[in-house]
Amino acid sequence: MQRLMLLGDEAIGQGAIDGGMSGIYAYPGTPSTEIMEYVQNSQEAAEKEILREWSANEKTAMEAALGMSYAGKRAMVCMKHVGLNVAADPFINSAITGVRGGLLVVSADDPSMHSSQNEQDSRFYGKFAMIPVLEPSNQQEAYNMAYTGFELSEKLGVPVLIRITTRLSHSRSGVEKQQSKSQRELSLPEDLKQFILLPANARGRYANLVKSQTAFEAVAEDSKFNELYPGKNKKLGIIACGIAYNYLMENFRDQKPEYPILKISHYPLPRKKVEKLIGSCKEVLVIEEGYPIVEEMLKGFQEKGTKIKGRLDGSLPRVGELDPNHVAISLGIKVSYGSKVPGFLPERPPALCKGCGHIDVFNALNEAMKKYGGGKVFSDIGCYTLGALPPYNAINSCVDMGASVTMAVGAADAGLKPSVAVIGDSTFTHSGMTGLLDAVYKKSSVTLLISDNYTTAMTGGQSSLATNRLEQICLGLGVEKEHLRTFVPLKKNHGDNVKIIKKELKYNGVSVIIAQRECIKNVLKKKKAKGKLSS
Amino acid sequence: MKNDIILSGVGGQGILTIAAAIGMAALESELYLKQAEVHGMSQRGGSVHSNLRLSDKEIASDLIPYGQADLILSVEPMESLRYLPYLSENGWLVTNSKPCINIPDYPDIDKIIKEIKKNPNYLILDAVKIATVLGSPGSANIIMLGAASLFIDIAVEYFEKGIQKLFCRKGEEVVKVNIDAFHAGRNYALNKGSSGK
Repeated sequence: MQRLMLLGDEAIGQGAIDGGMSGIYAYPGTPSTEIMEYVQNSQEAAEKEILREWSANEKTAMEAALGMSYAGKRAMVCMKHVGLNVAADPFINSAITGVRGGLLVVSADDPSMHSSQNEQDSRFYGKFAMIPVLEPSNQQEAYNMAYTGFELSEKLGVPVLIRITTRLSHSRSGVEKQQSKSQRELSLPEDLKQFILLPANARGRYANLVKSQTAFEAVAEDSKFNELYPGKNKKLGIIACGIAYNYLMENFRDQKPEYPILKISHYPLPRKKVEKLIGSCKEVLVIEEGYPIVEEMLKGFQEKGTKIKGRLDGSLPRVGELDPNHVAISLGIKVSYGSKVPGFLPERPPALCKGCGHIDVFNALNEAMKKYGGGKVFSDIGCYTLGALPPYNAINSCVDMGASVTMAVGAADAGLKPSVAVIGDSTFTHSGMTGLLDAVYKKSSVTLLISDNYTTAMTGGQSSLATNRLEQICLGLGVEKEHLRTFVPLKKNHGDNVKIIKKELKYNGVSVIIAQRECIKNVLKKKKAKGKLSS
Repeated sequence: MKNDIILSGVGGQGILTIAAAIGMAALESELYLKQAEVHGMSQRGGSVHSNLRLSDKEIASDLIPYGQADLILSVEPMESLRYLPYLSENGWLVTNSKPCINIPDYPDIDKIIKEIKKNPNYLILDAVKIATVLGSPGSANIIMLGAASLFIDIAVEYFEKGIQKLFCRKGEEVVKVNIDAFHAGRNYALNKGSSGK
């Protein structure tokens, strides 16, 4: 059998390729980006003609995947956890419509917020939508879940959510590949009303989903991803979910664990297995990455009977990513620290790259804004969010994709003048365009600065759907031609750029300024590739 | 056999290349491997590290517990100190001596070196200088790998095979430069007599 060295993300990509997927849809977002990138770079995916282009945002990606499922083929949609908020509407409703071709929704959570605005736990979304959730504990399981997930989805008639977290997404290990399955043929639903969620239909479909819960639970009960391992010492029983199982087993490297352990990687919770463990042990420790969802379910509102320990009672930290040390402490196992980090060591936070165009944008904006004082610049999610840090201190908000535009509109409504939004090209086409339409419709007094570097830079330079389309989009949305300005953010143009911004700040209506310069990382990458070709 | 390695440096310095080279070598020698990388925002010039675990037995956690790393391999001196709580009592700290100064409050380099030398087992080398003498200034990372290879339980031939596989797409010349760099680093460490106290 072929053994590959894959990131957890890549294992999901390969598992889906081998599982008979016809299309993958995604918007880049750490820690999920590498799933799509892997499939895009795969020779095998090219030969199988698997569709694999980036989407404008997670909602469009989710809907396209549902469309492919409607047409009978297997589809996967991938996003980071907060991306599932964007895709929540079609996601929740896809559980009501049900699927035809297997549909896998992958959401990569980021506990400890390595590259995110929150550490929300996607398992809640799975419960909310009332669909099965798979949570791999290692790379091989990630592969297996994607490989078998399409069939599970087809068998149960609903999408299946795969929840992965940063550490597994970005950790590499050996993965055994299975035989490749063929793709499904194009076909129409037998019941052409299945996907019409008019109230009368939707009620029926929803009742069906509610009724199916028993079947979903029965499948989870027998799932090979859930396993109850016996143990002699019944003082404590342990429930370990997903990657937490690894951290648990790390503490038993040299000896078998004495406690009974229930490994859970397939939800809904396997009730019988859980009851068996709880019934036979004095206390139960729940180890889970993310929110204490399982712990809360077992505790109930008024805890009775077996004591449940975990992130709620302080046995494990309430927030942040787990690791083997946290688990050791919760089990009373001694942790042997090395020497201390010297006290004089400063932090080394990320920063904008040397030669980055955003730097010249912020320098020009700061000078133009000087006479208005601080606190008037809304911003967004991308490399340019680093403009919040010294030496720029140029922006005052970062909330969610596209919020710079609409928050500037709301603040202008409240009387803030000037009210400025700074957004990147890819974020603008993700979720900024509709906000700009609001502004145009209301004739808001806002200045929108789009820092266009022709790429989705923060996640590693994926193609941006905005490239070469921004001016047309803004004009099409109704921005006046004389208030759609462009400049090249370079030091030598600083004076002129400041003048342009100053002039538009004074305008009592919608202004859009597009700063155009290619991401310096991409420039260097191209240069390097060219050098290699010629040598 | 178990080697737990922490690779550290600054985003953009190429620690993932070193990790990939060790990974390839481990694969050649049929060891189990887990390697946790840092992607995303920190890659923009911030502190980065990678956990690399090799073993002849199956490995559970992707992350190395405190006090268990056998080796810290750092391409930047200050960053080598950030992970000291993970280093085991007998572990080795191998670091490049050239600082990467991209923050305003970078401490005095002598203070950093002094702190590194407090460890029972350390090796400090100027990989950039060795690379320049070698005539391949871009190979400093593979020189670091060569020096650290002394403390990794993988035979030299597997490292060579790994480097071969990693760079073969870039042509034979690049492979040769990197294999030479590996040996230059390894020889430096051998001659230095592994400067433990």
